[in-house]
Amino acid sequence: MEGSAGNHEVYPQFLDFIPKEREWLVNRDGQRRHGPSEEKELELRLGPPGDQDWSMRDSTRKNPGDKSESLLSLGYFSSMTQNISNGSQNQMFSASENPVGAVISSPWSSSAYGYRGKTLHNQQQTKVPSFLQLTSPLQGLPVVAHEASQRCCTEAVDIQGAEKKAFSPSSATTAVPNSSQKRTAPGPVVGWPPIRSFRKNLASGSSSKPAPVSQNRVPDKVASRTPVETCRKGLFVKINMHGLPIGRKVDLKAYDSYEKLSSAVDELFRGLIAAQQDSCPAGNQNKQEEEKALTGLLDASGEYTLVYEDNEGDMMLVGDVPWHMFISTVKRLRVLKSSELSALSLGSNKEEKVRH
Amino acid sequence: MNYFPDEVLEHVFDFLTSHRDRNAVSLVCSLWYRVERFSRQRVFIGNCYAISPEKLITRFPGLKSLTLKGKPHFADFNLVPPDWGGYVQPWIEALAKSRIGLEELRLKRMVVSDESLELLSRSFANFKTLVLVSCEGFTTDGLAAIAANCRFLRELDLQENEIDDHSGHWLSCFPDSCTSLTSLNFACLKGEINLASLERLVARSPNLRSLRLNRAVPLETLQKILMRAPLLVDLGTGSYVHDPDSETYNKLKTTILKCKSIRNLSGFLEVAPRCLPAIFPICLNLTSLNLSYAAGIHGSELIKLIRHCAKLQRLWILDCIGDKGLEVVASTCNELQELRVFPSDPFGVGHDAVTEIGLVAISIGCPKLHSLLYFCQQMTNAALITVARNCPNFIRFRLCTLDPTRPDPETMEPLDDGFGAIVQSCKFLRRLSLSGLLTDQVFRYIGMYAEQLEMLSVAFAGNSDKGMLYVLNGCKKLRKLEIRDCPFGNMALLSDVGKYETMRSLWMSSCEVTLWGCKTLAKVMPRLNVEIINEHDQMEICPEDGQRVEKMYLYRTLVGPRKDAPEFVWNL
Repeated sequence: MEGSAGNHEVYPQFLDFIPKEREWLVNRDGQRRHGPSEEKELELRLGPPGDQDWSMRDSTRKNPGDKSESLLSLGYFSSMTQNISNGSQNQMFSASENPVGAVISSPWSSSAYGYRGKTLHNQQQTKVPSFLQLTSPLQGLPVVAHEASQRCCTEAVDIQGAEKKAFSPSSATTAVPNSSQKRTAPGPVVGWPPIRSFRKNLASGSSSKPAPVSQNRVPDKVASRTPVETCRKGLFVKINMHGLPIGRKVDLKAYDSYEKLSSAVDELFRGLIAAQQDSCPAGNQNKQEEEKALTGLLDASGEYTLVYEDNEGDMMLVGDVPWHMFISTVKRLRVLKSSELSALSLGSNKEEKVRH
Repeated sequence: MNYFPDEVLEHVFDFLTSHRDRNAVSLVCSLWYRVERFSRQRVFIGNCYAISPEKLITRFPGLKSLTLKGKPHFADFNLVPPDWGGYVQPWIEALAKSRIGLEELRLKRMVVSDESLELLSRSFANFKTLVLVSCEGFTTDGLAAIAANCRFLRELDLQENEIDDHSGHWLSCFPDSCTSLTSLNFACLKGEINLASLERLVARSPNLRSLRLNRAVPLETLQKILMRAPLLVDLGTGSYVHDPDSETYNKLKTTILKCKSIRNLSGFLEVAPRCLPAIFPICLNLTSLNLSYAAGIHGSELIKLIRHCAKLQRLWILDCIGDKGLEVVASTCNELQELRVFPSDPFGVGHDAVTEIGLVAISIGCPKLHSLLYFCQQMTNAALITVARNCPNFIRFRLCTLDPTRPDPETMEPLDDGFGAIVQSCKFLRRLSLSGLLTDQVFRYIGMYAEQLEMLSVAFAGNSDKGMLYVLNGCKKLRKLEIRDCPFGNMALLSDVGKYETMRSLWMSSCEVTLWGCKTLAKVMPRLNVEIINEHDQMEICPEDGQRVEKMYLYRTLVGPRKDAPEFVWNL
């Protein structure tokens, strides 16, 4: 019937237009034989032998100008597994030919990718329409995996030479969006790529609200690879002061030494303490202590001492370990009255340093 | 069947779980309609403006479980201005006033207020399940109300919502008598959590099977929680950072060994990769792994982790895994059914991005793949054709090239043929998203082959109205069509107006439709709401009909124009 048997002229397939040739194992899907109205205009019918529309060889029936129909040949990408179930349909083709006419030999079967693609041998190279014979030197483009396909499959594409020619240039033109189309997306486009805002901040690794700068930032490979640990920007920990109900937060990243932290804490709370003392009607405080600096935070020589809670939940004196180690384990800070230190349990792992 | 008593019919209908089946059944005859409506307990409403709460309540007095969706899908990508709509309040008010014994509420892309949550928590004595996905408008105070008042709460599942976090005290609002929790997911909360309350809550919830923590929950707490809940099936870690030489980490390693039931793993919102080996022992049991928020895990560590996960069926990952990593996935995870690869650096140059190579490898190693979301640097026709051949079972296929109009880099041609192969090969394809350089041709293929297609997302594609026409004419089962930045105009919009009543909705933004086209459509089709979103006063007070419409959203409805539309939304 379809003369597919002997008549394999080289039918340019749209796949031909991919410059690097590839071999494709293609099975004809015999089941697509319906003829919905949309397909009526399409000359090519995907039917079993006897469907007279099937004409792989006929170069007369097409209007060369109608390139769109030729693309129907896009047709046969049903997988081998599907085809196996439609086995009977395949026999119409290639009965006389080697069933593996359309087989692909994959030069890269030994590709580095190690997938399970198997190599099929191409046996009918001269008879098979060109797109099926294509071998691709293109590295790494695996083509076929299903070798169960020893069955047949001749292609079923039918494209006329004229259409091929028609296609190429047209594809070239259509490939270029004309300038009147505003679709070419220049630069950052609203809503592209289409991901939810929750995901957009990942690269900056921050848990805070989206930073507007993230949209345009130059990618920092190193930054995006940095584990999102405490070494991200801004390490804010709570700091509570003895006697003050409202705590503050400090960004430990802003300091690189205990001294700087100490003076920052001093500034943070100095005013608050004074305000609170003001509101104490009685008390031993005299005016001299207003705005008095908090000194000696680190060595318990002053009225207050700085302690912290580490990641294991223990209360530790600030200042024992190197700064970077402190940063990696600190969870929150407290400013306690030095006189209360001995009453508290300090870190069990560290030597207790009770000072007065 | 007419000779059977209603109870028999009802019993038969009980076996129909899909709402589509039940919808179909209700159309058979008035008897079946009646029996079906009284026995229906679960209702799904894909567009909250298509129907009113009153009609819902009238028709289904036995309603127990309601699912509602609000804003159009493109709202996820900031294309819909805030205050557009999608409020759940009227629904909850109406349900509260009725005698409906609501037990489950699932909302997507809706605006939920604390007031709504409070009303919800007080109105339904048997309320069990609250699932909020991509919602906004509420704070942790609303969650506190739910926790405090829903005495039999089983599921509280918050996925990717914008929640104003006032404090961590909402967790403490679960009364001590609350022991019914089976599922708790608060991963999207940004604030602190009362860790002690969390531990106590887990300790008194023996049926807890799903727990997803937020960033504020440190590894020490995770370890303590796992000690109390070794039967967890679904775990989302919070902050997974610790010193791997510490005692806490060692305790975690031991504890995890007891958690043999974990099948879904997610989280790692903060991660110290050196701590990952603790989870290797449970990886073999995993069927679902979501590392798409784990920006802290490098490609090589991801690969090491994946090698342990041979039984994965679902994998969500960042593209820093690279093509090489995807090859490892392909060789390890042969049961894979769903893969999502998200961009780790969406606006950057994408050194880490994946390409067509990774996808082809996956298609070869994972023949059961049926759902794909793939953000990639580039794609070729050849690769798509191969994928189409290797994986004919796709139900969902969403491809996104980071540059939206990028052609096939090898041939410089559009990706029409590649996508054409996909639709032709995958006969069960229901959802498709396109990207890359695309002409009208791809739509022709879609119209011809995508017979089961229900949802299509298009951006920066096509040359003329023909593109859209192919789709409208060809895809008989199309329900949702969303288009942005395509040269489709009035001719396409108006060619088959009846089609839109067979669909849930159509979104067109930055296309060529004009005000006249939209008005005409609205006039001809009274059962459609044709809404124009007019931001930034793009249209003057008396806009001309010839003016292009920036954003149009139309949907079928039984209740006419909505009354809660803001100023910038015009219903024509």
